[in-house]
Amino acid sequence: MGNVGKSVTRIDAFDKVTGRAKYTDDLCDKSALVIKIVHSTIAHGHVKKVDIAEAEAVPGVVKVFTCFDVPDIPFPTAGHPWSTEESHQDTADRKLLNAHVRYHGDEVAAVVAENEVAAAQAVRLVKVDYEELPFVLDPQEAMKEGAPQIQEDFPGNVLKHTSINNGNYEEAIKEPGLICVDKWYDTATVQHCHIENHIVFAQGENGRLVITSSTQIPHIVRRTVGQALGMPWGKIRIIKPYIGGGFGNKQDTLYEPLAAWVSQQLGGRLVKLDCTREETFVSNRVRHAIRSHIVSWLRPDGTFVARKLEAFSDQGAYASHGHSIVAKGMGCFPQMYPCPNIQADAYTVYTNKAVSGAMRGYGIPQAMFAVESHTDDICKALNMDPEGFRRKNIMPVGFKDGFSKNENYYDSFGQCADKAMAYMDYRNKYEAYKNQTGPIRKGIGLSYFWYNTGVWPISLEHSSCRMVMNQDGSMQLQVAETEIGQGADTAYAQMGADAVGIKDYRDVHVVSSQDTDVTPFGLGAYASRQTYVCGFSIRQTGEILKNKILAYAHELTRMPVDTLDVVDSNIVRKTDSRVLMPLSELCTEAFYSLSHSEHLTAESTYQIKSNAYSFGCCIAEVEVDIPLCKAQVTKIINVHDCGSLINPALAEAQVHGGMSMGIGYGMSEQLLFDPKTGKALNDNLLDYKLSTFMDHPHLEAQFVENAEPTSPYGTKALGEPPACPVAPAIRNAILNATGVAIDKLPLNPHVLFERFSEEGLINDPWREVKAHV
Amino acid sequence: MYDIKELYEAESVRDAIRLRLEHPEAQIIAGGSDVLVQMREGKRAGKELISIYTLDELRGVCLDMEDNLRIGSLTSFSHLTKHPLIRQHINVLGEAVDMVGGPQIRNIGTIGGNTCNGVTSADSASTLHAYEALIELTGAEGVRRVPIKDFYLGAGKVDIRPDEIQTAILIPKASYENTCGYYYKYAMRNAMDIATTGCSVNVRLSPDKQTFERVRVAFGVAGPVPMRAPGAEAAAGGQPVSAETAEAFGLAVVGDINPRDSWRASKAFRQHVAVEMARRCLVESVKRCGGELK
Amino acid sequence: MKDQFRLIEFNLNGKDVAKMVDCRASLTDMLRDDYRMTSVKKGCEVGECGACNVIIDGECYNSCIYLAVWAKGKKIRTLESLLGPNGELSDIQQAFIDETAVQCGFCTPGFIMTAIEILETGKEYSDDELRKQLSGHLCRCTGYENILRAVKKTMYKRLGKPMPTAT
Repeated sequence: MGNVGKSVTRIDAFDKVTGRAKYTDDLCDKSALVIKIVHSTIAHGHVKKVDIAEAEAVPGVVKVFTCFDVPDIPFPTAGHPWSTEESHQDTADRKLLNAHVRYHGDEVAAVVAENEVAAAQAVRLVKVDYEELPFVLDPQEAMKEGAPQIQEDFPGNVLKHTSINNGNYEEAIKEPGLICVDKWYDTATVQHCHIENHIVFAQGENGRLVITSSTQIPHIVRRTVGQALGMPWGKIRIIKPYIGGGFGNKQDTLYEPLAAWVSQQLGGRLVKLDCTREETFVSNRVRHAIRSHIVSWLRPDGTFVARKLEAFSDQGAYASHGHSIVAKGMGCFPQMYPCPNIQADAYTVYTNKAVSGAMRGYGIPQAMFAVESHTDDICKALNMDPEGFRRKNIMPVGFKDGFSKNENYYDSFGQCADKAMAYMDYRNKYEAYKNQTGPIRKGIGLSYFWYNTGVWPISLEHSSCRMVMNQDGSMQLQVAETEIGQGADTAYAQMGADAVGIKDYRDVHVVSSQDTDVTPFGLGAYASRQTYVCGFSIRQTGEILKNKILAYAHELTRMPVDTLDVVDSNIVRKTDSRVLMPLSELCTEAFYSLSHSEHLTAESTYQIKSNAYSFGCCIAEVEVDIPLCKAQVTKIINVHDCGSLINPALAEAQVHGGMSMGIGYGMSEQLLFDPKTGKALNDNLLDYKLSTFMDHPHLEAQFVENAEPTSPYGTKALGEPPACPVAPAIRNAILNATGVAIDKLPLNPHVLFERFSEEGLINDPWREVKAHV
Repeated sequence: MYDIKELYEAESVRDAIRLRLEHPEAQIIAGGSDVLVQMREGKRAGKELISIYTLDELRGVCLDMEDNLRIGSLTSFSHLTKHPLIRQHINVLGEAVDMVGGPQIRNIGTIGGNTCNGVTSADSASTLHAYEALIELTGAEGVRRVPIKDFYLGAGKVDIRPDEIQTAILIPKASYENTCGYYYKYAMRNAMDIATTGCSVNVRLSPDKQTFERVRVAFGVAGPVPMRAPGAEAAAGGQPVSAETAEAFGLAVVGDINPRDSWRASKAFRQHVAVEMARRCLVESVKRCGGELK
Repeated sequence: MKDQFRLIEFNLNGKDVAKMVDCRASLTDMLRDDYRMTSVKKGCEVGECGACNVIIDGECYNSCIYLAVWAKGKKIRTLESLLGPNGELSDIQQAFIDETAVQCGFCTPGFIMTAIEILETGKEYSDDELRKQLSGHLCRCTGYENILRAVKKTMYKRLGKPMPTAT
């Protein structure tokens, strides 16, 4: 007992600080053939002809496959649990290589060569003839009549449209004396930028395909590879070693099917596909850019009467996670600030751009930017204090969501805000910064965030766990929920030790690498679910195993089973706490007993039919250099209520990373596309402005620990939430500093220049400035 | 693995010149932080390279017979920043190249490579222009020196003849003597970035520090090549050290520079920040000279 | 290509070695493929992420944009060199563990090698100076927060000074 709740050292740290931890490329034999992809150089069109003669003549080139060679099987890629209900299945809208190219960067052909130089040379020599079609890069433009048609099965380019209608919006707004705040908010396309690019290698083995991949979701990829290749799923084996980050990009099927298929075409030869950074930016997945229109109707006392949301989500060329993202954002809208009359519409729209998929926060960073920027805009219109307004209107304690059955058990919002305000000296600063003049100004801003845990009841939630005892009383633990850097394995070891009664979490050997032949079935790293869902299966499996251990102890000690327990790796008689024997002695006996030999193991699946809210806030302080159009975050805190902390140090580290991603989202990151060609302009780590070591202040992470009642360990979501409230907090801080509301991310100098010019904060005498409309 | 057609490793400057003549198609590679990147991109793939990186004779900083600063072309940015002569005479150059990329890039990147690229965003270039640096080129016929403004022929094009390599950069004594300077790199983040616009100012004040005896300013990314701002220099030269002069100096920049609209930044944005940067650089330069703005 | 493979002699992690190396290879290629130095990671291959960082003659370089043939005569150090004679961790590696400065681990080796260069100067640096010296590495997991703490703690430990409390 007592491993959970402690800041113990992560179990993979030693291997990682010595460079020994093996990632995908470290495991690939050097004999592997290299696959390089020929990407589309136009944003939209049909491939008429691919001339591969010159490419195939390059010494070292083994084969060139084109979009005309691949199976005619559209497949889905989203890292969702499969649904046996057809209506709930992910859209299957792409092939291994595509003759109808839908974005600049689409896959047209694949070169296989003995080395990367030959492969790269051949890629440059493949000649593709296109019939070019008009393209569209903006979701609202794509919805217009006559817009280019991107996917054959989706006329009008709308992948999906869903609505929420509560009360009667149209009637409610007729109430006299209401104040209306009506604004649009835009978020940018950003990329995950895990430092290890996606990489996969594949080879045949006894008539099956073995695929080692940098993925968050091995069991899901097994299914999608099977679907893409038209193969029985059992013929596919996926191995997932350590991965260099994922953040949702690897919660998608990326190039595993293509690599597997190429290997299959070559008689099962070992092939490797290692994405370049440029491919990671453009031809993996990005975060949906979402444009939100919020109209709020309030009484002068600051109570909501009616609210409307329209959200347009830029899907890019293929469905991937599709509508789930904007739907999640829309889903929180009526919950976060409850209002009797809500009308909300969300549209997911195909465009000729990089494909949007899952990314840390799954629609909520976008939603929070819109909702929490809007909250400050309301306060400005009503001349109300943003903190007080939030407290008055935020989801109350006891709120229950009808669909998810989530309940707000505690005043998490208020408690988190109190902690954050105390750290930042929020109230004094907010007042002091209100009416500044001069070129350099300071500001402070607040944002709450809404989040939940896992995907139930929209999709399946379950976890399977296997525990296997060793002679020395230590144990292997396996789950399909993956270590992707967050420290999940360490949390499992801590929970597993406590579940069985093992004294030290280091005696729980978590099998970090998933192998779909060996690892129990499960879904993987996404939706901030893993610690929550594994808590159930680890607790349950631990109890099963413990009961087996105690039954065996009964045989050895003759004590009634219900007087026995496993405590700190000893068999203990509960009635007088006497240690009867060490667990190691029992296990050795069980292994080698001539009278009753038994390998003590347990395995079980727990299906979870609950979900848990996870709330908190961010407060950011900025300094704005108006003449230079630069804002800088000078102080920042996130406070989270993610329930009881399993490992406080790891939790804090998770929050740091999310805050950093949030600062990048707020201040600098944006994948740009050339309006003339659709080509990504800044698909590299120099031109895409990921925050560096010099772009952050100290990141303060604090917690409020209200134990989550539905979780056996009192825990709930933390992986994604830290990234959600940061951008709107910074935006609101700039509003506090300058009085200028900026409704477009990122808040980089270009945007500040534009807005400060419009608002008259800067005035270049040589330039005519158009007034803001 | 790079798609290099041939790699010729020069063993001396003379050997490098021989290789240049024997392999006219070959590209010179110094630190390679640009050449190798372009090769990987496919732009220079399949090309021959002449590596001069190991020519230690081209490293280091010294004063020549006339007390001009002589900087060997392969001197890395980090060595330049740390060098006592640079710190003493032209600290702003060391500061400017200390803003290139990150520490590793500053270890591999060379001042020669930075200028031979001919790119307008090079962090060293505006300061070298503002100090009227001379480029030393060594060829089969001997050595020639070219003023840096003439060395830059156009975007990505510099005046190196087929038999030449750049061997040094010189800062004339008349140029650096009794001056203080300040470089402002406008970038979208504080490390690992290229300049959106770069501004380098240096001033020489009268002995009583009341008058600008000489003011020089140069910009990167204000035109296709790094450029001086003569109008601004004239607006401040000979004028009293005052906030008004600084203001007028900044505003005059607009007439000198010619930035363009690109996806990296709009022309209007670049103009706006150039004015403010010039003003601030002038103010900082004055402070460094021990002067005070009235 | 003529003489595509060239013999180079250099010192790798304290040991003199010789290798016939493809002159098209980057130092990353050579260290990973020929010497199986898995601490040298590929993150961008253009010198923007720092994952392939190694120390060459006392200074840090991105080995991805360093030609393998240039290693001739150089002393090259990778993360693999840091373990003590009995397999014990160096202070900075231990600090990365203790301060939870490791998450996915992909940027970690590069960061540790830059930390080594910083620590071996024997100087005391401010937070801003440390941030600048570490700024050649990108990390998406940690927000750099605990990495800074690990380097700073080790710096003060080596200097024999107490670490100033945060302001």
